[in-house]
This record gives sequence, structure tokens and C-alpha cells, in this order.
Amino acid sequence: MSLLSVIGPVMVGPSSSHTAGAARLGWLARQCWGDAPEEVHLFLRGSFAATYWGHGTDRALAAGLLGFRPDDPRIPEALEEARSRGLRLHFHAEDVDGAHPNSVRFCFARPGREMEVVGASVGGGAVRIEAIDGFRLNLSGELASLVTFHRDQPGVVAAVAGQLARLGVNIAAMSLHRGGRGEGAAMVIELDEPIDGPIVESLAGAHPALERIFLIPAAGGDLP
Amino acid sequence: MRSFAGMISRASGGLSLDEALLRWEEEKEGTDARRLREAMGTRLDAMERSIVEAEEYRRSGRFVGHDGILLGRYVSQSRSLSGPFPLRACQIALAVATYNAAMGRIVAAPTAGSCGILPGLLFAYREIFGAERDQLLGALIVSGGVGEVIARRATLAGAEGGCQAECGAAGAMGAGALVFLRGGTAEAVAHGAALLLKSVLGLICDPVAGLVEVPCIKRNGLISGLAVAAADMALAGIRSVIPPDEVVDAMAAVGRALPEAFRETARGGLAATPTGRSLRKTLAEEAPDLEED
Repeated sequence: MSLLSVIGPVMVGPSSSHTAGAARLGWLARQCWGDAPEEVHLFLRGSFAATYWGHGTDRALAAGLLGFRPDDPRIPEALEEARSRGLRLHFHAEDVDGAHPNSVRFCFARPGREMEVVGASVGGGAVRIEAIDGFRLNLSGELASLVTFHRDQPGVVAAVAGQLARLGVNIAAMSLHRGGRGEGAAMVIELDEPIDGPIVESLAGAHPALERIFLIPAAGGDLP
Repeated sequence: MRSFAGMISRASGGLSLDEALLRWEEEKEGTDARRLREAMGTRLDAMERSIVEAEEYRRSGRFVGHDGILLGRYVSQSRSLSGPFPLRACQIALAVATYNAAMGRIVAAPTAGSCGILPGLLFAYREIFGAERDQLLGALIVSGGVGEVIARRATLAGAEGGCQAECGAAGAMGAGALVFLRGGTAEAVAHGAALLLKSVLGLICDPVAGLVEVPCIKRNGLISGLAVAAADMALAGIRSVIPPDEVVDAMAAVGRALPEAFRETARGGLAATPTGRSLRKTLAEEAPDLEED
């Protein structure tokens, strides 16, 4: 808890969890997908499904998918904006046992590629991505974060961390998630310093067990 | 800051309270105090912009229209019981809270549901009494310090502590800010905040149809007036018999004891009245259907 979290965030209303958090989730999901999405099915859960209309949750999610931030004044018109940019959105409700009460599952699709991202709005505008392509993980997006998908093998963590060390990039936090020993695994590394695309590409070759690696830029704070 | 007691002792060394709060955060979080002040300045500017936009665009919510405009018209007829300062603060608070409901851009202070109170108090103060930006910024930082004590000892979320934790906390933060603007001591700031909190202890969060409109918007207006009175009482030397930190602890305990129906679930209080339920139904009928899978 800091002064800036008490007085803030600057956001489009009316609700930090149902509007600002939803915009942030859409934005993070778009970062996971990697570029401008063309078609997304959104499955709203819990109170997102129950009260989405009154809180503009649908518009906020659309805004985030368009790359708008939670304080972007274009959020109220995001559904129209999505249509005019050719982004096809389909909203559904789904009932999932044990799902976070304010959560959503995004299914991105375009010919030859699909991706599923599940995220929850956890209060005060803060969010977390809970799963990507069925992989359970925990990504808040507060700091710039590297996400890897790899086989669970010795040395993957050291290879990626070693490269970051050589680049002088400090790791703020990291977490590992795996299906089982030797099976598919994911790693989330939160970074103190932003890194660029070429560095991410160079990291992809750090270990043969790495299947995919991508960067989620920091949410962007008020401090330069 | 973890306690009002800590806040008072930090400000006792000749340091102004706003500077003491910034330095505390610098020590604890490593955030440069000067940059933090600048970032808070950006928040202050965003708050001012939310007032300008709210009063210019005059968008209305689904259930609540233009109460700020009604109040302004009434004030201009010179028949009001309250003085110009609390009324102008109330008018701004109503306008900004309505703007929030209408998907306008605001500063959550501390939450979106209570976003009208601080802009109302700070900028009405500037209009009526005159204040430099630096003074308002100092007051905003002090209000943040009060909010931080409440966040650390209790909560700022209606879903956890009811409306006492949202509009109540904003009112306490605003009362502290006003005491500071008037040159009150850190002790008076803490007591102004405590006096406000004591008068809203147990205030439930019962949003009709789950929207941030009824009763949220009018509570923003009314609690602004209450904050002015609490600040005046503290400046007059009135002290809370229960120490401010104990008041916040009591607020936390009351919040925990509140039944879930009164913690933002829209199942109790005004939301459960016949009219509240009927408004919920109207809204549900308006909503486009989601596809069930």
C-alpha cells in the first residue's frame, strides 16, 4: 500500500474491479496474444457475467483488447471502435466451479492459430492472469514480465536467468509452474528493468527445452 | 504510515506532515520523495480535470441524473442553509461521482465509488478560500497518508468493510486534508479523520442493482459536508476520546462483523427494498443477453 495506490488509479469509471480491472485484463490478454486480435470469444464468469452491462465490463474488455489503457476516455465507445477496426467480439456467460467471481476466459482465434487466456480482476483495479493455454500461472503485469513455455528439464531456469544476469537485468520475482516432472512447464519472470524485442528473441535460444517465450510490458505507472 | 501515532511523531521534528509522509515512503519503498510528489501532482491534475469534464459534459448515470446542477441552481437562489464551501464541495462531489457512473475518467480516491469527495473538498476550498497548487498537493498527500493508515489497519474495499471503508475513508481523508490546509497540527489532522470515521462507523455498502450509483453518488455529496464539520471540530480543538488508531481498529472489526449482504453484494439495505429490486430487474431486462454455453 502506497500513497499512489490510495490516491489512484486514474481510471474510467464506474468500478475499479468491473471496469478498470476488466480493461487491464483485456490489455494483458492482448499482450499474451502478441498482436492485434481479429476474433475473440469472451466467456464471462461470476459477477462479471451477472453485472457486466451496468458496469461497462464488456466495453472495458473490448478496450483492453484494442490496446487501450484503463484511463483511456475511448472506453465507453470501445465496442463501436472494435467493429470499425474489424475486431470481432463474442460475449458469452459460463459457469465454472471454483472460478474467481470476477473472471473471464478469452479465446483468440485466427486461421492457423488459437490461444486461451484466463484472467481475474482481484480488486482495486489489480488483476492476474491465471492460465494461458490451459497452463495455470500467476501474472499480475505490474512489472515487465517474461513468460516462457518449456519442457521441465534441468537448466532451463538457470539458462534464462543467466542470460538476464549477463544483460544486467534484475529479476524482481519469479515463479515456476509445471504439469509434472519432465512435462510441460511455464515460468513467469518479473523484471525491474524493461527489455526489448531483440533481447527476448535472443533468450529464446538460451535452452533447447524452451518452446515459447514472450514479454508482457509493464502496466505503466506514474513514476518515470 | 501504519498508524496515526507514527504519523504524529514523524511530523514532530519540524518537518511538514506532507514531507514527513513522502520521506517515510522513500525510506520504506525506495521511491524518491521528489518524484513521488510529482506523481501525486499528476493525480491532483487528473482530479481537477475530472471536475472540469464532469461539469462540462454533464453525463448522467442510469438511475441518477444531474443532482450537482440542481444543487448549483439552488445555491444561486441564496436560500441555502449551509455556507458556500460545504455546498460547493457537495456539488462537485455529486458531479464527479455521477461522471464516474457515466464512465467518465476519474481518480479513485481511495476508490471509484468514493471518487467525488476529495476533489469536492480540495477544489471547492481553492475556489472559496484560495490556495496555491502546492498547498492543495500537500493536502492531497496528507489525505493519502490518512488513507494509508486506514488501508493498513482496516480496509479501503466496500466488499470487505462496507461503505465506511469507501465513502467513510474518503471523508476521513478529506477531513484530514482540510485540517492540514487550515494549518492544523498532525494531531488535529488525525483527530479530524477520527471524528469523521466515528460518525460513519458501520455504514453499509448496499448498491442498488450492483451499480455505483444509488446510494453511492449522494453519499459522496453528503459525506463531503460531514468532512467539513469534522475538520472544523478538530480545528476548534475537539479531540476524539477514543484515540484515532483505535477508531480505525474498531472500524476494521465492525467491517469484519458486517453480514455479507451489506458488503457490496447488492443483496441488503437499499438494494433489497422493493424499489431497489425493481430497478435491478429493469437493468437486467435492458442488458443484452449473453450466450449460455
